[in-house]
Amino acid sequence: MAASMAAASGGSVTRRLLRGAARGLSGGGGAAAEEPEGAVVNVVFVDRTGRHVPVRGRVGDNVLHLAQRHGLELEGACEASLACSTCHVYVSTPHLDRLPAPDEREEDLLDQAPQLQENSRLGCQIVLGPELEGAHFTLPRVTRNFYVDGHVPKPH
Amino acid sequence: MGPGGACWRGGGVPGGFKRWLSSSAPAPRVCVVGSGPAGFYTAQHILKHHNGAQVDIYEKLPVPFGLVRFGVAPDHPEVKNVINAFTQTARLERCAYYGNITVGRDVTVAELRQAYHAVVLSYGAEDNRVLGIPGENLSGVYSARAFVGWYNGLPENRDLKPDLSCETALIVGHGNVALDIARILLSPLSLLRKTDITDCSLAALACSKVKRVWLVGRRGPLQVAFTIKELREMINLPGARPVLNPADFTGLENAIKDAPRPRKRLTELMIKTALEKPGEKTVEVQAAATQAVAPREWGLKFQRSPQEVLPTADGRRVRGVRMALTHLEGSGDSAKAVPTGDVEELECGLVLSSIGYRSLPLDPSVPFNTQRGIIPNSSGRVEGVPGLYCSGWVKRGPTGVIITTMNDSFDTAQSVLEDLQVGVLDVSASREGFGAVGSILRSRGVHPVSFSDWEKIDAAEVARGKAAGKPREKIVDPQEMLQLIGH
Repeated sequence: MAASMAAASGGSVTRRLLRGAARGLSGGGGAAAEEPEGAVVNVVFVDRTGRHVPVRGRVGDNVLHLAQRHGLELEGACEASLACSTCHVYVSTPHLDRLPAPDEREEDLLDQAPQLQENSRLGCQIVLGPELEGAHFTLPRVTRNFYVDGHVPKPH
Repeated sequence: MGPGGACWRGGGVPGGFKRWLSSSAPAPRVCVVGSGPAGFYTAQHILKHHNGAQVDIYEKLPVPFGLVRFGVAPDHPEVKNVINAFTQTARLERCAYYGNITVGRDVTVAELRQAYHAVVLSYGAEDNRVLGIPGENLSGVYSARAFVGWYNGLPENRDLKPDLSCETALIVGHGNVALDIARILLSPLSLLRKTDITDCSLAALACSKVKRVWLVGRRGPLQVAFTIKELREMINLPGARPVLNPADFTGLENAIKDAPRPRKRLTELMIKTALEKPGEKTVEVQAAATQAVAPREWGLKFQRSPQEVLPTADGRRVRGVRMALTHLEGSGDSAKAVPTGDVEELECGLVLSSIGYRSLPLDPSVPFNTQRGIIPNSSGRVEGVPGLYCSGWVKRGPTGVIITTMNDSFDTAQSVLEDLQVGVLDVSASREGFGAVGSILRSRGVHPVSFSDWEKIDAAEVARGKAAGKPREKIVDPQEMLQLIGH
C-alpha cells in the first residue's frame, strides 16, 4: 500500500507508518522503516502457524522491517542494532548461500536464538537483492498458534 | 511449546471473537502485575490479538520497564531499544499503566481478581539466592542483584555505597550478570561516562581501586551459564587482560566436538583466549600502564565452591574467601560439583555473589513452589486458580535473555486468549477493572502514576542527562519522582 505513497511523498510516509505502529498495527519492533524504491523482489514469509504469506519486497528492503510492514509476528526488540535475536528466521536453502556470511556479532546472537538451525539468520541483517527472488523466510514455531483471532496479515 | 496448540490451527477459529465483536458483551478486562519485559510482552500479545480487551499494567515503582531499566547494563543501550516498543503498547487506547502500586500491600490479588476477568502475574524475581556460608554478611560482601541495582539506579539500592577500595574483587557465579559486573568494575571511565549509569555510581567507580576481578564457579568451563556475546565483550574490553589457565581447558576440544553450536563456540572462544600468546592485548595494557592507568585483569576460576568468607583481623571486613576444590560427577549441564577435600584461600576485599535471582511469593492466595521459586503453572495458567496466570521469571525461573521472556510471555498471553475464546474465562458479566481498583487505592491513600506521568519523569531524566552527555540521568529517589509529577 505504501509503495506509491512512498514515491509521491517521501517523509510523510514514514510518519504515517510510525503512527500505524503507535496504534499497534505493525510489529513491536519500533520504527517500521520506510519502503525503499528499488526493483521488486518477491519473497514468501512462512508464519508461525505454517501459513505462507507472499510479499512483494524491494531491493534494499530489510527483512525484519518488511515482515513488520506486512503484519508478521516478527519482533525487533533491539531495533536492528545487533543486540538480541528476536528477529530470528530460517532462510530457504538456495538463497541462504547467496547471502553475505554473517559477521561474528550476528553469529554470537544466533547462539542465543531458540531452535537454532543451520539456515538460521537474523532478519534485521538480511537486505533484499535480486538474488533473493523467491526466497522463503520461515519464522520459528516457538509458541503455540499466534493467530487465535484468525488475524490475516494485510495484503500488500 | 505448550499443549493445546493443534486445535487452534486451520484458520476457522475466530468465532468467539466475532461474536464478541458483534454483540454488546462487555470487554474482557485483563490485569498484568509487573511492567518489565514479561508484563509488557504479555500485554502486547493480548492487545494485538484481541480487538476488545482492555489491559491494565500495575507496577510497584513509579517508573516502568523493570529489568530493562534496572537490570540491563548501562553500556548495553541497544537492548534498551525495546522500551520503544513497550511505549507504543502503553500508549494504546486499550492499555493503561498504573505505577507506584504494590500488589499484595496496596491492593490484594483477590481484589484484582474481583475487578478483572483475568490477572497475569509478571512480577519477576526481586530477591536473590544466597550462598548460605559463614561470613556472607561481612562488610564488603554484596549480592550481584544489589550491586546491579545500585549502578542502575534502583531506588532500594541507591544507598549501597559499595566499598571499592580494594584491588581484588571476587565474583561468585559464571552467568551474564557476573560478566556484567566484572565489565562495569573494569571498564574505562571514558566508556561508562557516556552511558545512563547513575552519577553517584560513576563517581564511586572513578575512585575505585579494583584492578583484578576473579569470576569463580563450582563447576567447569563446559557448565558456564554466560553467553558468548558477553564473554567476547569482556575479552575485548580495552585496558583489561583476560587471565585463563590453559590447564582448565585441556581436552575440551574433544569434549565439545558434538556439543550444540552455542556451547561449542563459547568453549572454543575460551580455549582460544586461554592459549593465546600474549600479543596486542598486552601491548595495549602496557600502554594503559604508561598512561598512569592501573593495568587491569580478570579471569575465570573453575571447580571452586565458596565455603567461608574470611574476615579481617578486626572481624568486620572481608579479607578473602576459602573455597573447596571440586571434581565433577557426570557431564554436561547435569554435572555435579563434589568437594575433593582440598581447599584454597583467595585474597580479596570485595565479594559479589551472583548465583541467581529468586522470585518471592506475592500473596497467600497464590500458590508458590518455594523450592523452585516459581508459581506452579501450565503454559502460564496458575495451577488450581482459574483466571490467574503468570509469565516471565516468576513462571519459569530467573534465566534466559530477552527472547526467552518474550516467547514465554507470548505463550501465557496465548493461554489467556484461548481461555477467553472457549469461555473458560466468563466475560458475560462486566468487570470494573481500574474503576474498582482506583476506589480501593483512593480509600487507602495510594496515588497511582500514569504513563503520561512517567513520560514527564522520562523527559526530566533525559534533560538532566543531556548536560552531561549521557542518554539520561536517572532519578533514584521515588519521592523526587513523585514530586516532579505533582503527587
